[in-house]
Amino acid sequence: MSLSDTQVSLKHGAGGTAMTELIDAVFTATYGNDLATRDDSARIDIEGPVAFTTDSFVVDPIFFPGGDIGRLAVAGTVNDLLTIGAKPVALSASFIIEEGLPISDLLSIARSMALTAREANVRIVTGDTKVVPRGSADKVFITTSGIGTILLNGLSGAAAKPGDAIILTGSIGDHGAAVMLAREKLLDAESIESDTAPLVDIVLNLIRAGCKIHAMRDPTRGGIAASLNEIAKQSRVGIDLDGRALVVKPAVAAACEVLGIDPFYVANEGKMLIFVDPRDAERSLEIVKQSAYGAEAALVGWVNALHSGQVRLRTTIGTTRIVSPPTGELLPRIC
Amino acid sequence: MKFSEEFRDESLVKVASSRLARYEGYEATIMEVCGTHTMSAARFGLRFLLPSGISLISGPGCPVCVTDQRDIDAFLSIAQLPGVILVTFGDMMRVPGSSTSLERLRAEGIDVRVVYSPMDAVSIARENPLREVVFLGIGFETTTPGTAVAVRSACEEGLQNFSVYCCHKTMPPALRALLSSGDVAISGLLLPGHVTTIIGARAYEFIPREFNVPCAVAGFEPLDMLMAIEMILHQIAERNPRVENAYWRAVNEFPNELARALMAEVFVPADSVWRGIGVIPGSGMELAPKYSEFDAKKRYADVIPSVQSTSNTLCRCGEVLRGVIPPTKCSLFGRSCTPTTPVGPCMVSSEGACAAAYKYGSIE
Repeated sequence: MSLSDTQVSLKHGAGGTAMTELIDAVFTATYGNDLATRDDSARIDIEGPVAFTTDSFVVDPIFFPGGDIGRLAVAGTVNDLLTIGAKPVALSASFIIEEGLPISDLLSIARSMALTAREANVRIVTGDTKVVPRGSADKVFITTSGIGTILLNGLSGAAAKPGDAIILTGSIGDHGAAVMLAREKLLDAESIESDTAPLVDIVLNLIRAGCKIHAMRDPTRGGIAASLNEIAKQSRVGIDLDGRALVVKPAVAAACEVLGIDPFYVANEGKMLIFVDPRDAERSLEIVKQSAYGAEAALVGWVNALHSGQVRLRTTIGTTRIVSPPTGELLPRIC
Repeated sequence: MKFSEEFRDESLVKVASSRLARYEGYEATIMEVCGTHTMSAARFGLRFLLPSGISLISGPGCPVCVTDQRDIDAFLSIAQLPGVILVTFGDMMRVPGSSTSLERLRAEGIDVRVVYSPMDAVSIARENPLREVVFLGIGFETTTPGTAVAVRSACEEGLQNFSVYCCHKTMPPALRALLSSGDVAISGLLLPGHVTTIIGARAYEFIPREFNVPCAVAGFEPLDMLMAIEMILHQIAERNPRVENAYWRAVNEFPNELARALMAEVFVPADSVWRGIGVIPGSGMELAPKYSEFDAKKRYADVIPSVQSTSNTLCRCGEVLRGVIPPTKCSLFGRSCTPTTPVGPCMVSSEGACAAAYKYGSIE
């Protein structure tokens, strides 16, 4: 890296040579792909139909056990594309940087994004950098947009059907709990790692195997309670959840007890809820389990036509209760 | 998790529940005094495990819920004074005052900070010597020792910019007031586990003696609560009310001496106003004369009297807190009063009876 500065300052966002130097040294060198030209737009050859999504990331702290804001920004957008059956092709990445951010931090974030993009087999082809005065933003905010080719048509939160099996690709609450502990410096902050990960393998393997998936959602903000309630309402179906099949890591469970929160409402950044035709349930579960991020996958529930719009849980002690949608709990910035 | 997962064991819960079935035909209303019990019962659907004549009602054990409207409006006014940093537990953020809430004030640019420990408030005071840091002391005997430590530390450090707006309350006088009022026919009391780790189970002996009401101290896992309910039903069957302890892995007969001494050093008992109940003599905690310089009520004595309080007359939090009505009987419940648009504090607090009823709902 040929930069003489150690911190980002306003000149790096002013459009002059300082900005070019920063972009060259941090982004172009790191992303290292031939599509990232100096033109104002990237040109991509892509087959339709196309999926298109965008998401902003403001997590605090920007580095947390198991990930950082860069990995989160790539994985989050990749996973959003996957939920409607698209193979992610290209991403944009826009940075709003608070003056004073160490350039070493920015470089770490860019490297993390490049690694995650490589893992997800997606390219970061365009981007933008703005620097704002100290106090106008908090360290760094990233917006990633993504496009992908839709491989499986008809996937939608409104397409879950009575009888569908619900597969969850692993434990719940890891990301939210990791970030909250890191932020509040509570308990042993290193004891929980965020699950931030791109789930390309899991989803593309299911699609390639011809599994009849009807709906998918990555249960991020609001946790599985939010995602399941959304799908129950959109699809006008009832959902029965089996509390005994849900995996909550002991450290996550302990953190949730201490903080007084329910892991059902805590964010995940490397999990997928998959609604699949019951005849394909077992086969799908086996496929998911073969992926690195799906080893702990389980069949966690079923869709029914009985209590439309409602999610019910069979608790670990055998009783039944409602899982209501989140109501805007006071939680720190986690994504 | 040690000492909690074991108490959620499905097969043991089945055993406990089948033992309770022996009391089929009994009619009993058991009050779970503590808000955490209310939440736990709702979260685990405990009522489905009880004989049909046994019902659970919520009591006054949610500290956020019983905080008087005037106290809420007073600290909201203090928060708006120039130079003040108001420090609170997260539960208080959305509690509605007469015209605003801490959450709304923070959005308007007022410096309100959420902490998990009173000692964090002391750190904030240390780091901001030119600002006035006011900590909102809310809670029963469980949280009071934490506030006591914070006050003593601030005193030892000579932190003159730290004070506590003290709404701490004690449980036994409230139970006495509730039982004396005769508002509700209570067949038994599920006593609060956390509070009792501090004050000891003997603190409730007046209840069976004076009111003939069976009692059992309970932990917060399903098995803890089912065991305590069985103890109460057994006492009813035997007509032998007493205080039993179903939470022996945490609770003693006698107080935690360290906590007791600390509270006795930093606080003195005072009369306190409880929402829905009124003034209960000796049920509050005030800073002892030695620490009175840290008392926000004294420090801001010129601001507090002018505070105007009004509350929604349709809100029935008071009756919910006394166990007179279940949350669903309030005409505002789930309509104009929801967790995002709370009218009363019982809908906001993570221990509130209305919040529990709203969140975990009913299955017909």
